Amino acid sequence: MEVSPTRRLWMALTYVLLAVTAILMLVPFAYLVCSAFKTNDDVFRSTFLPAGEGLLGADWSRLTLDNFRRLFTEMDFGRHMLNSVFLASVTSILATLASAMGGYALAKFSFAGRAFFTNFVLAALVIPAAVLIAPTYQLLYWMGLLDSYAGLILPGIAPAFGVYLFRQAMINSVPNEVLDAARIDGAGELRIFFGMVIPLVRPMLGAFLLITFLGTWNNFISPQVVLQSSEKFPLSVAISQLKGVYSQDYALQMAGTLVSIAPVLCLFLLLQKEFISGLTSGAVKG
Amino acid sequence: MNTIVGRSRWTPLLFLAPFIVTFLLFTAYPLVQSVNLSMHQTYGPKTSTFVGSGNFTQLFSDPLFWKALSNTFLFALGSVFLQLPLSLGLALLLDRPGVRGRLLFRLIYFSPSLAGIVFVALLFGPIFEKNTGLLNVWLNSWIGFDLEFPWMERHVMTGLIVAGMWMYVGFNMVYFLAALQNVDRSIEEAALVDGAGPWQRFRHVTVPAIRPVAGFVVLLSIIGSFQLFELPFVLLNNTAGPDNRGLTVVMYLYQTGFEVGDLGYASAIGWSLAILLMILAVGLRLVLQRYED
Repeated sequence: MEVSPTRRLWMALTYVLLAVTAILMLVPFAYLVCSAFKTNDDVFRSTFLPAGEGLLGADWSRLTLDNFRRLFTEMDFGRHMLNSVFLASVTSILATLASAMGGYALAKFSFAGRAFFTNFVLAALVIPAAVLIAPTYQLLYWMGLLDSYAGLILPGIAPAFGVYLFRQAMINSVPNEVLDAARIDGAGELRIFFGMVIPLVRPMLGAFLLITFLGTWNNFISPQVVLQSSEKFPLSVAISQLKGVYSQDYALQMAGTLVSIAPVLCLFLLLQKEFISGLTSGAVKG
Repeated sequence: MNTIVGRSRWTPLLFLAPFIVTFLLFTAYPLVQSVNLSMHQTYGPKTSTFVGSGNFTQLFSDPLFWKALSNTFLFALGSVFLQLPLSLGLALLLDRPGVRGRLLFRLIYFSPSLAGIVFVALLFGPIFEKNTGLLNVWLNSWIGFDLEFPWMERHVMTGLIVAGMWMYVGFNMVYFLAALQNVDRSIEEAALVDGAGPWQRFRHVTVPAIRPVAGFVVLLSIIGSFQLFELPFVLLNNTAGPDNRGLTVVMYLYQTGFEVGDLGYASAIGWSLAILLMILAVGLRLVLQRYED
């Protein structure tokens, strides 16, 4: 097929624009990785790698692991990382389970109050988080849950957003006939839910699990408000404290940032297809 | 038979129980309590005095609140009018027929939004430095930009718009791209056969098809922008910056609630923000409806 020169020119221009944007997106990451392996003096002296005689015109011998050594020996970052892993896993697993259960009830059962609870969920979607911060803090104080992980995990167990997403997913992808057939065969409700319903919404489940994991991992304001003892801090709070104390030690800060975002970036690379389709499914179809 | 009837009556409620219980305890109750709190002045979580609408009248004449509001508004304007057009532009480029590497480009553009906002704040600390920071060094070598340009000292909100753009341009693009890929190609081809130019096709085929998603993305970025907190708070070392240039509404809420300890005034700030967002959301709906016909 003949391709006209103007068309080819447009295509070339498209690729140039796409590539320049891609470079702009990647440069801060490259800067982050380079700075994490430099001494703090070199962070101020060179933009990416320190200049020298080696490969790519860089002085590779000036790179150091010292920032990471300090993070894990002096600043207890191993502990903070475990805290983040624990909080994000527990919250995301519980939230996914509770959301799937709630969505299933609203999508596949007819019962008195179904319309009421569905409207409940929709109303809860539009409540802005900002109005809940102060009263939730007061409530956690009364319940004796300040400075505890329970105080962070419990409020996030059944997000309305999740219940709504699973309701939408299950209305179409879980056929009523299959459920009825299983009931006639005498299967228990829990077995139906875990054995048949959950496998049918697996893509949604994976996406939601990842979304809540990332959301919890990256959350700052809740742990900042609820937690007081520094050994309980997740990475997000620990690193903001680090920035306050070592405000001019950018090499150390970049190493801490790299350590904090690398795990979630890897997780996402493994699961990105499910993630993006889950993210946009509600918006585009609905 | 009895057991089956009994089971099907309670089963859905049992499945819903985790949501109902946590919703009542951690959403419904705090929501009511925040109305109550907003009419009190408190000292920490324990002691409080009733002040009626006092918090709101004080808020209206509080220069810091207006400062926070105008800063936040500026950031939201930047997000909607600078960032979203770029997102749409990128999506249109990626959606051109015959473009290769679409998945890779999408992945690269999307990746900054995965790094939590606190970590992005850490990353942009050295990037915004005077003299040695990546941004000033590059802008200086390309367009002779002032090396001493004080991003975080004087132009905080402009810097935040830049950082926010890096973080969310690809995130919003994903929505536009998904919408564009849902556009019915046959309508586009019919328009082409009828002799419609590129602009006419964009105006009469693409725009109507992506309008619902565009409305959703605009709403999402308005809501997100108005809750801006971590980015300036962490970038400015847990402060609002010199002369409160980085103060946002949620940061002011945090400061009054948890640094000063007045949960009542903080709740009043929260409600003001919520009401403002509701007005903006309704306004946006009305504007979109006008274009519908």
